[in-house]
Amino acid sequence: MDWSPLWISLATSITATAITLGAGLAAAAWRERRNGPAMALVDGLFLLPLVLPPTVVGFLLLLLFGRNGPLGKVLLKFDATVVFSWPATVIAAAVVAFPLMYLTARAALEQVDSEYLHAARTLGATEWRVFREVALPLAWPGVLAGMILSFARALGEFGATLMLAGDIPGKTETIPIAIYFAVEANEIQRAAAWCFVDIGISLTLLAGLYYWTHTQGPGRVRRARR
Amino acid sequence: MALTIQIEKKLAEFTLDVSFAAGGEPLSILGPSGAGKSMLLRCIAGLEQPDRGRVALNDHVLFDSEQRIQVPARLRCIAMLFQHHALFPHRTVAENVAFGLPQLTAAERAARVASLIGRTHLAGLEQRYPRDLSGGEQQRAALARALAIEPEAMLLDEPLSALDTHLRSQMEAQLQQTFAAFRRPALLVTHNIEEAYRLSQELLVLSRGRVVASGPKQAILRRPPTLEVARLTGCKNFSRARAISENMVEALDWGCRLRVTQAIERAPAYVGIRAHMIEFLESSSTQTSGENVFPCRLVRTSETPFRITLFLRLQQTPDNSDEPHLQAEVFKEKWERFRNAPFPWHVRLAPNSLILLPE
Repeated sequence: MDWSPLWISLATSITATAITLGAGLAAAAWRERRNGPAMALVDGLFLLPLVLPPTVVGFLLLLLFGRNGPLGKVLLKFDATVVFSWPATVIAAAVVAFPLMYLTARAALEQVDSEYLHAARTLGATEWRVFREVALPLAWPGVLAGMILSFARALGEFGATLMLAGDIPGKTETIPIAIYFAVEANEIQRAAAWCFVDIGISLTLLAGLYYWTHTQGPGRVRRARR
Repeated sequence: MALTIQIEKKLAEFTLDVSFAAGGEPLSILGPSGAGKSMLLRCIAGLEQPDRGRVALNDHVLFDSEQRIQVPARLRCIAMLFQHHALFPHRTVAENVAFGLPQLTAAERAARVASLIGRTHLAGLEQRYPRDLSGGEQQRAALARALAIEPEAMLLDEPLSALDTHLRSQMEAQLQQTFAAFRRPALLVTHNIEEAYRLSQELLVLSRGRVVASGPKQAILRRPPTLEVARLTGCKNFSRARAISENMVEALDWGCRLRVTQAIERAPAYVGIRAHMIEFLESSSTQTSGENVFPCRLVRTSETPFRITLFLRLQQTPDNSDEPHLQAEVFKEKWERFRNAPFPWHVRLAPNSLILLPE
């Protein structure tokens, strides 16, 4: 059996999770300091990939990264194309996983008692230090939960990936895509095997997350607050 | 060494509009919950921005709406102590104390932390996390962390109100020590007149965003300028009043005439007396009549461990109402001496204990 879809899926999900972690935290921290009706629109935009059909996301990404797309043109100047390459699987997975990271990171940051942040400021800390040394460590359990959810979502990404990255075995063929084309080719046993691998990974992650949040996870930090 | 403040900020229910100065002595800011006390401290610390005004510490302007100066909190060098200590839960005591000292070398930092741990009696607890400390230890650690930055001024936002009685008096002693050595502006926000009285010489009373009294504590307690200040500083007995001569007022709610020593300048609206200033005349003495002496009977009592509060009804003409006119506070030993005496008892509202208050 060719194990490449497993390695491609893991590499894609890990890279996509790292990207969403940075982007999600930055977006959450940026959004937390602002208010107003325009922000509702921003929130809507950030959450859109969660509710749109993956085909819509894939189509929009194709427009963006295609040869005539605004980003595609820029990349072409550096002799790079994204469409139908491994980075395309990462981009598709990162975009669909982003809303989960953003939502959980924001909830976790909002839960940090602002008194701690005030205290840090009066002690001379810069805003960056307040975020890195106070807000982030206190929000960490929630952020970690967001990472696990993002990873699981990235691992399950199919529609946008297929549209942007295609199905190139050994290069862009992730587990969900391998399953789809195995069924197409009537290779039911191969499809079933990949299904069990996928269920195994996802279940382990989610069960681990629940076990952790209900034993020594976020609750512990919250209880210690006062 | 001076902190001068003149700020205006619109809040949900009223406008915070205060101006005052504080020197090298602690100043207590007294007021009911929701008077704007915490907001005032936050504006001084730079955590909130006033709408208008000016805040200056020594020669530095920290905020000036006209010159558009707004120094961020981290550069103000003003330490703040919070009601719930706000120690970082993910850092040990030593790491909390060291938080404001990243610019020092490791050796200097360790020396500074050790010295503050010693001064706040936390030796041995350096490696504990805040959740493993008692309430008093937590607040002392927060004090050590605040003092570590060698602040130019200190703001204390009800630092004792989350502590129980015993820890509170310990922490009070710690604060007294701290203030004695600090000799820079320190503002203590509290709603407890006794705490304010013990910890500072100067008082500032805040109500609905405005300064309603300020000055030496004895003067404010002796002659509160308004009914509200009298209430906030613990006065329990008030009656509507009407001047009838230069040194006599009629207490309308109490149904009696009182001689007063305080010069009647404006027409007084109220007369008041503090609960512990009411004198009881033992019935054996001959003085059961005389100036400002009135017969009364006991309506009900309320006990604390060492004192008793007696709710009294004055009885110029006997009636059956149980609505008390006055509450008097006496030590229990004294109460034991006259508790079995037959009614009417006689109380004296000494002329120089009476407080006249304008509308």
